[in-house]
Amino acid sequence: MTFEIPAQRRYAESHEWILRRDDVVRVGITDFAQDELGDIVFVELPAAGETLEEGTEFGVVESIKAISDVYAPVSGPIAAVNEAILDRPELVNEDPYGEGWMIELETDDSLDHLLDPDQYEEQIQ
Amino acid sequence: MTLQKPPLYSAHRAADADFTDFGGWEMPVTFDSIRTEHSAVRETAGRFDVSHMGEVVVRGPDATELMDRLTTNAVGELEPGDAQYSCILDENGILLDDTVVYRRPERDGYLFVPNAGHDEQMTNRWRRFAAETDFDVAVENVTDETGMIAIQGPEAVDAVSSVASDSVSDLDRFCARRIGIAGADCLVARTGYTGEDGVEIVFSATDAESVWDAFDGIQRCGLGARDTLRLEAGLLLSGQDFDPDDEPRTPLEAGLEFVVDFSTPFVGADALRELEAAGVDERLVGLRVDERAIARAGYSIVADGAEIGAVTSGTMSPTLGVPVALGYVDAAYADEGTEIGIEVRDSVADATIVDQRFLAAQEGDT
Repeated sequence: MTFEIPAQRRYAESHEWILRRDDVVRVGITDFAQDELGDIVFVELPAAGETLEEGTEFGVVESIKAISDVYAPVSGPIAAVNEAILDRPELVNEDPYGEGWMIELETDDSLDHLLDPDQYEEQIQ
Repeated sequence: MTLQKPPLYSAHRAADADFTDFGGWEMPVTFDSIRTEHSAVRETAGRFDVSHMGEVVVRGPDATELMDRLTTNAVGELEPGDAQYSCILDENGILLDDTVVYRRPERDGYLFVPNAGHDEQMTNRWRRFAAETDFDVAVENVTDETGMIAIQGPEAVDAVSSVASDSVSDLDRFCARRIGIAGADCLVARTGYTGEDGVEIVFSATDAESVWDAFDGIQRCGLGARDTLRLEAGLLLSGQDFDPDDEPRTPLEAGLEFVVDFSTPFVGADALRELEAAGVDERLVGLRVDERAIARAGYSIVADGAEIGAVTSGTMSPTLGVPVALGYVDAAYADEGTEIGIEVRDSVADATIVDQRFLAAQEGDT
């Protein structure tokens, strides 16, 4: 089985993806992560405005068979939360890199310490 | 320990299934997704490999008497081709396993189906009891050389009739007959573990691929969907909702009195009679979580500031769209409609005691 790992993003070892969009970064979970979890039924997200520390858990993804925390790959205040996935958690399964995104963080920090697509692909082999 | 592989293992590999260890067997847990597989069974039909279930054949002049001693239901009532759900208890009335007992059609004796990983223990139990009581029986564990699949769903019976040598649409619930499928001699029973109509099919392991392939086009389903389906129907899972070591329960606590026939001389009857007279302290109940949280096995059930029980099985009901669970609570809280709490990680989620036949209750089919 092969998983989608888009080229223009960075990845955390805990299976989050990070995409820079100007002064914010968008965060979600990877195709591999959503497949491991299976049918996602609940997503818990923090409120916009809260500030996250890199490496701390910010949300919970619960599937029929498992429950998993989601971690902040960088520090910063939350600029936006994808409320669509609270009502339609299946979006995380269907489109993990698109409509299934989770939060946006305001930060200028470098993403260089995170895995590049090749390194992430190696990790999930 | 090496995991046992079902005879269809390579077929499941080729179909790109995910696998799990269940009762010492390496079984497919999902083929597509639990939701897809689950709804196929509720709406049309699905096929399951259930070869991890045990198969034990009991024959001989004293077979009926031995079966009547070691299972709680009335074995003497079975005609050839009849099946019944039953419990297997120890001397204290504790559930060792649940099973389906078949009086074999066109063969002598009985077939009973213990749960995955219990076949050897039950075979030994049957043989030991037969030796102690001097019963004239032969007990044969045929689990390894037997395959078993289930075809379940509203269209399952038609699907089986269309490929079988003989129709099964006139087969009554809990009845079985011998039928040819894809050239294989099969025992087909109108039984299942999903809350839907359907059949279970038992055959020689060497015929497994041809029988399975005869149902090509029907959604493959893994143990993940088997679990959500049985939970919605309120059916118990041996080893999880009761277990002699980790969750010792009597049929009275587990709500299985309906397969206990006190007019038969089963092991555990005396203890059960005493417990029945004294009244049970805890009962199995259905639980509906009224918040966005799944109650999972082991979570505490609380009320009035105290722990009153624990969850044994829980999931998100794909059909009903609400989290459902089974668990044992203090009998004082077991009435339907009682509002309780379930400790989910750091908080307490509101939940309600409901009819454990979640799906049937919802459909008004009570």
